[in-house]
Amino acid sequence: MSVLVFFGLNIIGDPVYMLVSPDADQEDIDRVIRNLGLDRPILEQYVLFVKGALQGDLGNSFIFGESALGLISRHMGATLELAFTALFLAIAIGIPLGLYAGLYPNRMSSRVIMTSSILGFSLPTFWVGLMMILIFSVQLGWLPSTGRGDTATFLGITSSIFTLNGLSHLILPAANLALLKVSLVIRLTRAGTREGMQQDYIKFARAKGLSTTRVVGVHLLKNILIPIVTVLGLEFGSLIAFSVVTETIFAWPGMGRLLIESILQLDRPVVVAYLMIIVALFVVINLLVDVVYSILDPRVRLKEQGK
Amino acid sequence: MKTVSPKEETPFGRFVSDFFANKVATFGFLLLILIIVLAVLAPWITPQNPYDLKQVTVMDSSMPPGSEALAGYTMLIGSDGVGRDLFSGILYGLRISLTVGIMSGVIAMILGISVGLTAAYVGGRTDSLIMRLVDLQLSFPSALIALMLIAILGKGVDNIILALVIVQWAYYARTVRGTAIVERGKEYVEAAACLGLPHRRILFRHILPNCIAPIIVVGTVQTAHAIGLEATLSFLGIGLPQSEPSLGVLIANGSQYLLSGKYWISVFPGVALLLTVVSINLVGDQLRDVLNPRLQK
Amino acid sequence: MTDKVLVTKDLETVFSMRDGDAKAVNGVSLSVGRGEVLGLVGESGSGKSVTGFSIIGLVDAPGRIAKGSIKFQGTELVGMSENDLRALRGNRIAMIFQDPMMTLNPVLRIDTQMLEAILAHRKMPRAQALARCRDVLNLVGIAAPEERLKTYPHELSGGMRQRVAIAIAFLNEPDLIIADEPTTALDVTIQAQIIHEAQKLCRLTGTAMIWITHDLAVVAGIADRIAVMYAGRIVEQGTVDEVIDTPAHPYTVGLLGSVPSANKRGVPLRQIPGMTPNILSLPVGCPFRERCSRADEMCQVEPSRHVVREDRDWFCHHPHIAPDTSEATQ
Ligand SMILES: Nc1ncnc2c1ncn2[C@@H]1O[C@H](COP(=O)(O)OP(=O)(O)OP(=O)(O)O)[C@@H](O)[C@H]1O
Ligand code: SF4
Ligand SMILES: [Mg+2]
Repeated sequence: MSVLVFFGLNIIGDPVYMLVSPDADQEDIDRVIRNLGLDRPILEQYVLFVKGALQGDLGNSFIFGESALGLISRHMGATLELAFTALFLAIAIGIPLGLYAGLYPNRMSSRVIMTSSILGFSLPTFWVGLMMILIFSVQLGWLPSTGRGDTATFLGITSSIFTLNGLSHLILPAANLALLKVSLVIRLTRAGTREGMQQDYIKFARAKGLSTTRVVGVHLLKNILIPIVTVLGLEFGSLIAFSVVTETIFAWPGMGRLLIESILQLDRPVVVAYLMIIVALFVVINLLVDVVYSILDPRVRLKEQGK
Repeated sequence: MKTVSPKEETPFGRFVSDFFANKVATFGFLLLILIIVLAVLAPWITPQNPYDLKQVTVMDSSMPPGSEALAGYTMLIGSDGVGRDLFSGILYGLRISLTVGIMSGVIAMILGISVGLTAAYVGGRTDSLIMRLVDLQLSFPSALIALMLIAILGKGVDNIILALVIVQWAYYARTVRGTAIVERGKEYVEAAACLGLPHRRILFRHILPNCIAPIIVVGTVQTAHAIGLEATLSFLGIGLPQSEPSLGVLIANGSQYLLSGKYWISVFPGVALLLTVVSINLVGDQLRDVLNPRLQK
Repeated sequence: MTDKVLVTKDLETVFSMRDGDAKAVNGVSLSVGRGEVLGLVGESGSGKSVTGFSIIGLVDAPGRIAKGSIKFQGTELVGMSENDLRALRGNRIAMIFQDPMMTLNPVLRIDTQMLEAILAHRKMPRAQALARCRDVLNLVGIAAPEERLKTYPHELSGGMRQRVAIAIAFLNEPDLIIADEPTTALDVTIQAQIIHEAQKLCRLTGTAMIWITHDLAVVAGIADRIAVMYAGRIVEQGTVDEVIDTPAHPYTVGLLGSVPSANKRGVPLRQIPGMTPNILSLPVGCPFRERCSRADEMCQVEPSRHVVREDRDWFCHHPHIAPDTSEATQ
């Protein structure tokens, strides 16, 4: 993976011409090239890169001159905040709607929910973002359309959800990012509900005379939560990927926007560092999902003890 | 379109009547046909060729919907920042979006089917190697993979199509392999193999036909996905170039005018994109319900 | 017996399918008294389970009770509000399901699943409810109930799960238990033990029981009376002795012929020819016509009920017992 990324990026273009002014002389250019290490053969560049990477150094940004890794980590907080808020929104909205549509599949309102969820799947995120800005910022003037707003630190976490101003900046981008996943959660929940309600153990729970709240809220939900959590965990990565779009639209200072700028400005080390961090993030997410999965599903727990 | 009376119980007849039993899906289907026809006929039905510089004048720029162009026709949904008729621009953009989406879909489908069938038929180590690759790829969100590829390959029509193909092929491969493995285990295929029929014949006459239903379902979903993804990349400025103004490019251009209240320049191309993707998804959703025997009532 | 716990009359349960309405239960009239065990016997697909679900009010769409009445201790259950039904379910009427692997929730511990069954119907301290759970587990022959209570279903064997399900049905000492093939997953000794416990419970507490099975040998060992079901109808009923020793309906005779028994060693088992009919395309007249060796033109008209006693009857034009002799026993 790193091989592919590294050599691929070298083919795109020459970052030097973006860094020096058009009327710089050859000496200036040479100096920049030497500073950036671009004068060495490409294989040597790669070896240097791997060496550095193993020590946690992915090179310095051509544009900002600071460590690419540091640059990205500084932007990661904002992205994670956005992604977690979106995830929360998707769950808080999606599960109740999905349960409803699954429990009463023939009601008109359920059909409306399901058709809208197709709409949610189909809506291009970036365009919805634009429309949100158009409606809530330009027309109604309710919410700000760009930036992150004030942040505050609480329990060691710095986030904009702790200030009113920060929240007002967060709502639109988070809602925008949540959109796709809301549809996904609705569909997963509905499918799980419809299948679950036919299971004998649900019927047996009903035969015990339990209230609907208990049958649905405990017996059903505990079972369908397992696939939902698994899928959502894996989808968290896609939230981070899609935050690239949302951050660009709402000028959210996260690592997604940084990536796009870096791609456009051929800031190779930052792009490479971003991709490396994303891969690492994925590994971590997958591990976390496994842990949560085994907490939720007793059948998995036993197998692991047996090993 | 042939109308089939419900009594005619050929499998295809039943499929058609099942499909159109759902009003929303029927609407999606008709909408999709309309969109495709509009896109194909664009050069003959638009009042202007928006990319013929002789026909475009700055005097017409950023006109609201319903204004009259210098050339005399009415600009139904206004004009864009450089004076192109927006309606014409959208139909031409639709052509590009659909072409890129469908082309990448077809290439990915052929690639995915070949790989999937190979994996299922050869089995063993080849199979597990291919499937590991497929799983690895599918564990990453497609948007991210596309971004990575574009970061590596650079912009341009070829590269976008290549990126979209790479993003999609794994879905086809997984679907085809899954179905093919099930089919391969069935008696008639084993019987055919015992009869000494050549591999090619078994693959194409016996196994592939059974994969068609799932392929169609994946195909619709993936094509819609590809169109949306291309638009997203183009919007971000790392997709198609200005010389190939797909809907995504149009929206990106229009977004600059959003804050100044000239909403139409980005709203209408977006609506076109939305309708396209929604109609494909509606059709795909219904196809899945109708073609999936497990879900049949 | 005037002391009827349950009386159903002309019960009809239909499933609305794509190809038409399937009458899974078609005019079933049966009754069970206090402390009595009714064996409900029939081939697979004859509508035994659906009858059970109808009584407990758990027929889900596309099915519904289309006609008839279900009187439980004098109260009509058909058309009763969901809330009132829920108060009865698991409390006064309990059901044991057919498939032991699927009836317990895989992600909840046994104690959770047992406690909630008690606490849904009565307020009592947790410790007291737990004690009750332990007692009942003991009753169905589960050793070390304390430990079993803390396990998840997948940690128990199929037979163990089935016994837990049976224990759950016993928890609230209901007036009626519908046991849908409760012993199929168990080995013979456990089966005998469970049957013994069930019988004891009925005698002791006066619980009425409907014991559903396709195995006449099992039912002969536990039931007081037997109702034979075919294609959604009860084709014959009577006391165990009557049905086993002097069966009237050719279908009952067929069922008896396919039961292995000690005194028929070496004699090949006779099977009822043909297949369980599709309830969507039953023959005109007697539903058993196409598989019956005694069928003739008369059977193209549906046979009416031949009543010997209120609880001894059959539906057949040519019963194996001459009508006169049976009438004489009246
Ligand atoms: N949910 C349902 N939808 C449609 N038809 C159903 C449904 N449940 C049962 N039936 C039909 O009702 C009929 C009776 O089924 P039932 O389960 O009562 O049989 P059974 O006598 O319990 O058989 P078994 O011994 O196999 O349990 C069958 O023909 C079945 O097809
Ligand atoms: S009525 Fe006729 S067909 Fe039906 S069981 Fe009796 S003899 Fe057989
Ligand atoms: Mg049954």
